Order: sequence, then C-alpha cells, then structure tokens
Amino acid sequence: MRRPVLVPVVLLVMALVIAACETAQVTPAPGDTPPPGVDTPPPVGDTPPPAGDTPPPNGATAPPGPPTGGILAEVRSRGELICGVNSNLPGFGFPEEGTGRWLGFDADYCRAVAAAVLGNPEAVQFRPLSTDDRSIALQTREIDVLIRNTTWTLSRDTEWGLFAPTTFYDGQGMMVRADSGVQELTDLQGATICVQSGTTTELTLPDQMNALGVDFTPGVYGTIDETYQVYESGACDAVTSDRSQLVARRTLFANPDEHVLLDEVMSKEPLGPSVPFGDAQWFNIVKWVVFATIQAEEVGVDSTNVAQMRDTSTDVVVLRLLGAQDELGAKLGLDNDWVVNVITGVGNYGEIYNRHLGPDTPFNLPRGPNELWTEGGLLYAPPLR
Amino acid sequence: MTVAPTPAGKPRSVAPLWRDVRVLRVAAQIVVVALVLLIGWLLWSTLSDNMAASRLSFGLGFLEQTAGFEIAQTPISFGSTDTFARAFAVGLLNTLLVSISGIVLATLLGVVVGVARLSRNWLANRIAAGYVELMRNTPLLVQLILLYVVFLQLPSVANSVQLPGSIFLNQRGLFMPRPEAEPTFGIWAAVLVVSVLIAVAAARLAARREADGRPTYRLRTLGILALVALPLVSWLVLGPVAFDQPIQERFNFVGGVSLSPEFAALLLGLVIYTAAFIGEVVRGAIQAVRRGQVEAAYAIGLTPGQTLRLVVFPQALRIIVPPLTSQYLNLTKNSSLAVAIGFADVFSVGRTMVNQTGQPLSVIALVMGTYLVLSLVTSLFMNVYNRRVQVLER
Repeated sequence: MRRPVLVPVVLLVMALVIAACETAQVTPAPGDTPPPGVDTPPPVGDTPPPAGDTPPPNGATAPPGPPTGGILAEVRSRGELICGVNSNLPGFGFPEEGTGRWLGFDADYCRAVAAAVLGNPEAVQFRPLSTDDRSIALQTREIDVLIRNTTWTLSRDTEWGLFAPTTFYDGQGMMVRADSGVQELTDLQGATICVQSGTTTELTLPDQMNALGVDFTPGVYGTIDETYQVYESGACDAVTSDRSQLVARRTLFANPDEHVLLDEVMSKEPLGPSVPFGDAQWFNIVKWVVFATIQAEEVGVDSTNVAQMRDTSTDVVVLRLLGAQDELGAKLGLDNDWVVNVITGVGNYGEIYNRHLGPDTPFNLPRGPNELWTEGGLLYAPPLR
Repeated sequence: MTVAPTPAGKPRSVAPLWRDVRVLRVAAQIVVVALVLLIGWLLWSTLSDNMAASRLSFGLGFLEQTAGFEIAQTPISFGSTDTFARAFAVGLLNTLLVSISGIVLATLLGVVVGVARLSRNWLANRIAAGYVELMRNTPLLVQLILLYVVFLQLPSVANSVQLPGSIFLNQRGLFMPRPEAEPTFGIWAAVLVVSVLIAVAAARLAARREADGRPTYRLRTLGILALVALPLVSWLVLGPVAFDQPIQERFNFVGGVSLSPEFAALLLGLVIYTAAFIGEVVRGAIQAVRRGQVEAAYAIGLTPGQTLRLVVFPQALRIIVPPLTSQYLNLTKNSSLAVAIGFADVFSVGRTMVNQTGQPLSVIALVMGTYLVLSLVTSLFMNVYNRRVQVLER
C-alpha cells in the first residue's frame, strides 16, 4: 500500500538533490576564483581543493581539479606502465604471431617511457584499444599514456588529454584496387569509400570530397579489421586512412600487389602520444622521452654505443643527454640515467623507425618528413639542458 | 490510596515509541530514503569530481554543432555539415526501422515455428525443433557476424545478379526500382476512394435488401467488380506511379531503392534469433490451454482449424502476451549489436559521437535514455493490448 507512494517520493527527492548539485556547480563559490589563464571555473563541487596537499608539479601548466596522486608515483608503485595501443596495425602496434610479444613503432615508445620511468623497457602492460574507446580510456585514466597512432588536433588536445610531441608525421591517403583505373580522388565520383569511425580521417574524408565536388557513399565501420575486410571483399571501392596505416594493412591482404595508394595526401596527420589531463610532471616525462630519442639520433647516440658515449664522450650535449653531466633526470622526477635506459632499451628514433617501418621491413616507408631537421625533415628536439 | 487508578479511557497503546509498529514503519522508510539519498549523493559527487578532474562536462550543447562525419545508412538525408542532433536522429530512425520490422517479422515467423513444433507432421516438427535449438543456443553476435560475412560473399557490383523486375543483388545490397508518385496520382487515389465507397454502399444495400427478403441483383458482385475494375482501368489510363530504376554506373548502382547488407544482416539475424524464442513462447502457451477445451471444441463439431483459431489461440494469447513483450524488448535492445557489423543504429552513431565530441557521459546517457523510452513505449502498448486480451476472459 505504501510502496507506490514511497517510490515517487524518493525519485522526487533525488531529482531535487541532483538539481541542487547542478545549481551549486553553476555558481562558483566565493574564493573559488580560477587561476589566470583558465577559461572555465573548475566544477570542483562543494569542497574546495585542499591547498598544499600536492604542490602543482613544475608550476604553471597544471590544470585545475582535485589533487591527483601523480601518475609517476602510481606507475612506480604498480611496477608497470599501462599503455593504450593499437592491436591491429602492423608496424605500429601488433602482437607478434606465435609469441604474442607486442611489436611496432608505437609499442616501442611505450617501452621507451617504461624504460625511462621504471628502468625496464619490458615493464609495460599493453592495453589494446579501438578508435572509439581510446578517448574514454584516456579521459578516465584507465591508461597512463595513449600511444596508438592518434592524430593530434586542437579538439582532442582540449577534450581527450594532452598530446606530447609528434612521433610520426603522417597524412591521409586513399587506397584503391590497381585495376580500378582510379588515378586521383576526383575519379572516385560515385564510389563507396570505407573509413573507420572515430578517426580524424572520418572527418577529413567528407571535407576533402565536398571541396572537390565528388559525391561518394561512405562505408563506416567500427573496427580496423572490419574496415579492411570489407574493402578487401570488394564492398568498398576505396579505403581511406593514414598513409602509413594503409601501407601497413596492405601487407595483410591476400594480394597486396593488387592495391595502390593514390599520390594525393588529403590531410596532415601528426601522430603522437597523449596523457591524461592534470599531471604536468607526467606530461613532461612523456614529452621529453620522445625528444630524447630524437636528440640521441641527432648526436649519434644509439643502443650499441650509448654506454661508451656516456663514459668517453667529450661533447657536453651528449654528456647532459646521458646524465653524465647536470641533473636533467631529477628535474623530471626520474633517475639521471633515464635516457641511457631508453636508448639501451629501444634505441634512438632512427633505430625504432627502422626496426618497424624501415627498409628491412615489409613496409619500407621512406622517412620523408620523419627525418631529422638536419636532414631536411621535421624532427626537432628542443635543447636538453 | 496514592496509586492512581488506571483510567478506562486511556489509549490501548502504551508501548514506547521505538516499539510502536506505526512509528517503526515510518522510521524504516525514512532510513531507506536517507540511505538511497546518501548513495545517490556519493555517486553524484564522485562523478562530478572525476569529471572535473578529467575536464569532462555534462551537457547537450554539442548537439547543435556540426557533426562532420558521414553515416552509411541514412533514411533521412544526412551530410557531414548537418548537426549532431540530426546524426542522432538518423541513428534513432535506423533503430526504429530495424526494430519495428524485426518485431513484425519475428512474430510471424515465431508463430509459424511454435505451431510447427506441435505439428504431427514429423518433418515440420523436427525442423522447427532443430531451428529453435540451434538459434537459441548460439550467441546472436556470432550469428550476426556470420550473416554479414555471408552477405559480403555475394557477387561484386560488376557481376550483379539480375532478378526479374530490374532488381539487382550484389555484395553492396539489393537494389530495386523505387515507385514515385506522378502528378496524376491524386486523381487515381480519388478514384480508388470512390470505388471503395461504391463497393461498401453496394454491400450495405445488398444486406438491407437481403434482410427484407428482396432480391439483391448480385449487388455485392457488382460492388467488388467496381472495386477491382475502376482503379485498374484508371491506373492503366493515368499511370499514377513511375519507377525510378537502379542504373549501374562506374562504381555503384544509382537511383532506385536499396537494402544494405548491414541492414539485411541485422534484420535477418534479429528475426531468426528472436523468432526461436517467440516460437517457444507460442508452443508453451498453446500447450497450456487445457485439453478439455479442445475436446469440447471437437464435441460441438469444430474442425481442427477452427478449434485452433476460435478456441485455442484466443486463450493462448493471454499466456503469450507478457513473455512476448519481453522478446520485443530484447529484440529492440539487441539491435544495438548493429555496431559490430557497421549498421548506423543509435548506438553506433552514439559511439562515433562520443569520440568526435569528447562527451562520453552525455552521449551515453542520451543513448540509454533513448532505449529506455523505446522499451517503455513498447511495454505500454503491450500492456494495453494484454489488458484487452484479458478482458475477453470468461
């Protein structure tokens, strides 16, 4: 008799409480003024963040929010790095057939971060993620770092997490069957084009085709495997993605020679790692691990000569990089031989690149923009000092 | 003399408050409400703290922004320059389309299967039993992927199979001519209405004359003749409908209407999976009608067909409807497995929206709310129907 009355009452009261919470959030509490340079007041709820509990590491760039445990401390106490990767992209992130060992350019950058933080490049827990899941995994801190051929864009930099420097400069390409006679994008009038959902390429495709005045039928698929299977079955006339991905996935086709990439590059796709918001120290670590691999290649440090260079080099740039001089590692909260660990573990940028994408691999991707700036490419590490 | 006598008019209950059942009842409810509120508050504050930490916001403002992505199956026109709200509407329409056609087809197939399982015909009986066991005992997701892969093995566009009536079948779908109303369609529709009226009037007149015992002069036949002949002749004369034929171009068929393999695989998968369960519901309900009812029907001279239609089914319906409602709800919710085969239902559009807006909580809440509303509306209709069926009880 009473329950039918009780349930609506409970719901009503809950609704009121929720509404009250919402209004409480909209009006910022007095004294809750946001730090300069932050647009929106942080919706921190009723309790102000305890001051002095965790000093913002490295000062300025720490975004507002409740105090965080610090990802570095978390990773150290856990003893391994949780790294979000692609599981279906040979050359970037792919479990090796037979052994199950994670191989690829992105996977090695996970190892590089683990080597810098934990001293052990194998202390990585790889977390395979789909394009649609990766943003949530990063936002909810299910992963410590996302290194999953993810394009750096303004929206993602403000919505998903902070993007560290680009590890691979890519561009969007289009793959078609060699016998289709398609030479350029405008030949695709009326074609069906496969694309994976949740990608930047999904957004660039209509932009580019509308600009060219080409009508096309989209085929949108949720997983990378499905996208390429449907294309290979012939249900799509073309498939579009990052050029490196097209080249990599082509090697998995039954007849790779029957598929060609159009020469046109449809967009800029800078791929790189990203970390959750709110931990500037962690962001710096990931950022400088990437720069260290680039710097190491620039000064000629590689996995074979790293120990010798540290002991015998007279170049202060090399000595600082390898921790033989100054305390750069400590500034990041790391051991001073962090770069030595990285280079011993996975090598410098060129070694990582060549191991997975270079001339000895089935992909044989030319370095192109991924050359050092000294060689006419875009790779440029700020000074490590 | 100092002891006060117990007055006779004092209320019976002298128990202290904490032993008063009426007080306890209210107190228990207050405690429960407080607990629920506390849990709700804890969940909410955790959520808002964590959302603040990960810079997420809760709001639907993004719905007005430009979506920027394309959708493969669009029942209403959609382009990358339309809003997220319209993208969501496209997904919702696709879900409705597959759910409603799935419910209709699954019901039809399910009733056939249920009746076949009770058939004395050994072959029909065994086939139905095998079908039910196979479908019930394998996961729907696996069936869907299997169906989709099979559809992808159909011939390529260049080698399309041509069926009679300009219908083409290939791995990109089934392409059919699309009927389109010509300007004369209105006239033809008017003729159709007039001929229906003539037939009805003729039938009424015939009935009245029959009741009075006067000759009917084959009025009914004439009416039916008018109903058939007038629209037919005017159709031929006016040509109210033209067909937009699918034409093969360099890559695809253009024009006409098409059924995508994703939609076909999803619809077929949902129908054959759910029909197995509905078949069991129907079989159980028929068997639950008491044997005496059938015997009584035979005793008053009804044929087996009439017995099924007039005696068994109306009674079985009372038992069928509640579990059938559950199956309808399951089918609607299972349609979210579309995400596995690239059909743009509300959930797969939602997933894309999560990624392109960076607003997981808002979008997921929106998707959940949508399924909730769909399910509640389905339940409402089925409950109303259930009540009507129940009213028929003796």
